[in-house]
Amino acid sequence: MSEPQKPPHEPLIASASQTVGPFFHVGPGASDRCGVVAGPGVPGERIRLRIRVLDGDGAPVDDAMVELRQADAAGAYALPPARPDDPPPTFAGFGRLSTSKDGDCCFETIRPGAAAEAAGAAHVTVCLFMRGLLRHLYTRLYFENDPALDRDAILSLVPAERRPTLLARRAGDGITWDFVVRLQGPDETVFFDL
Amino acid sequence: MSDRQALEAGSQPPLLYPPYKSTVKRAPTRPLILIPERFASLATPVYGYLPIGDTDNDLTRQHDGEPQGERIIVSGRVLDEDGRAVPHTLVEMWQCNAAGRYRHAKDNHPAPIDPNFSGAGRAITDGEGRYRFVTIKPGAYPWGNHDNAWRPAHLHFSLFGHSIATRLVTQMYFPSDPLCAYDPMFQSVRDPRAQQRLVSRFDLSLTEPNWALGYRFDIVLRGRDSTPFEARV
Repeated sequence: MSEPQKPPHEPLIASASQTVGPFFHVGPGASDRCGVVAGPGVPGERIRLRIRVLDGDGAPVDDAMVELRQADAAGAYALPPARPDDPPPTFAGFGRLSTSKDGDCCFETIRPGAAAEAAGAAHVTVCLFMRGLLRHLYTRLYFENDPALDRDAILSLVPAERRPTLLARRAGDGITWDFVVRLQGPDETVFFDL
Repeated sequence: MSDRQALEAGSQPPLLYPPYKSTVKRAPTRPLILIPERFASLATPVYGYLPIGDTDNDLTRQHDGEPQGERIIVSGRVLDEDGRAVPHTLVEMWQCNAAGRYRHAKDNHPAPIDPNFSGAGRAITDGEGRYRFVTIKPGAYPWGNHDNAWRPAHLHFSLFGHSIATRLVTQMYFPSDPLCAYDPMFQSVRDPRAQQRLVSRFDLSLTEPNWALGYRFDIVLRGRDSTPFEARV
């Protein structure tokens, strides 16, 4: 392998993040079609991910945009098409919804598998955008009682007492998993810097 | 550059910025936990799988009639921090109308709705990272952040880039807008060079005679290897 090319100049300043604001529903939040991450033909255990967002007062955040990315049941991530005009894959592993007046949204998907090489637990990446967030937040949803949690390299970066903030819990119907994002407070969710 | 480093350099806004009041109850209070770069899943290529329609990049042709306002062309390139093009990536854009009103149930600014303007567009960058929108210049509008608060005219942009780490939502401002000096969102970015990155430039070469003024707006995504997918195959 040849040496990577050294850029001849100082890196450019990246564009600064700005808030998505309260009116993103006219644009990226316009469609709720993205609530179905996995259609009926996608193999795997069918689940619902219900994500609820609470602010520093514990009040529901009713104007958040929530994005998910996840691997398929075998732990593989979908790749973009090789050419821009190629059809998208059956399972892109991408979802996007805006929260309701109760501060929640619900994705139809399949339970992701853990990638073989990652030596970690299955997870869903969650990005949050909202009025009052000048930068979006990035967190990871893991599944409660997954035996692989103990060997997940990224969870091990998190102090043990804060790890439960990253766990989704199975609801009584057996299909829905609840994940509560607390922006502040004693049980503040762990957010990551990439 | 991680968020932490960018924040220290003032080129990214802090999460808590009290002059922008909504940050107070919504900004996390604990430090973010840095994920080391070696974790491969972060470099997994991604994009939003959203189909693009014929008029998606022309907000003046999405209805039977033309929207009110000053027609403009907004175009530029999407680059990585090394200045390399980010090709074939989704660019979403949304905005209020020429009178400063969003077509949104919760926008109660007493300015007219324009039946010929939805205010949302989409484009995919070409092989050189270029995108182009035709739209109308958005108006300034008041908001409740503080007494006599006005948002400068702006366009919202959302981009994916090629990995989770390059995801960006930002805003584009117009040159010489006096409202930027009073706008807490714009001012949350402290580095003047980073501020200027968010301001479009009038560009005569993009301007079409007898038709529309052109503004150039280049967008720089985080990261120094814009094409991990192509590089690997």
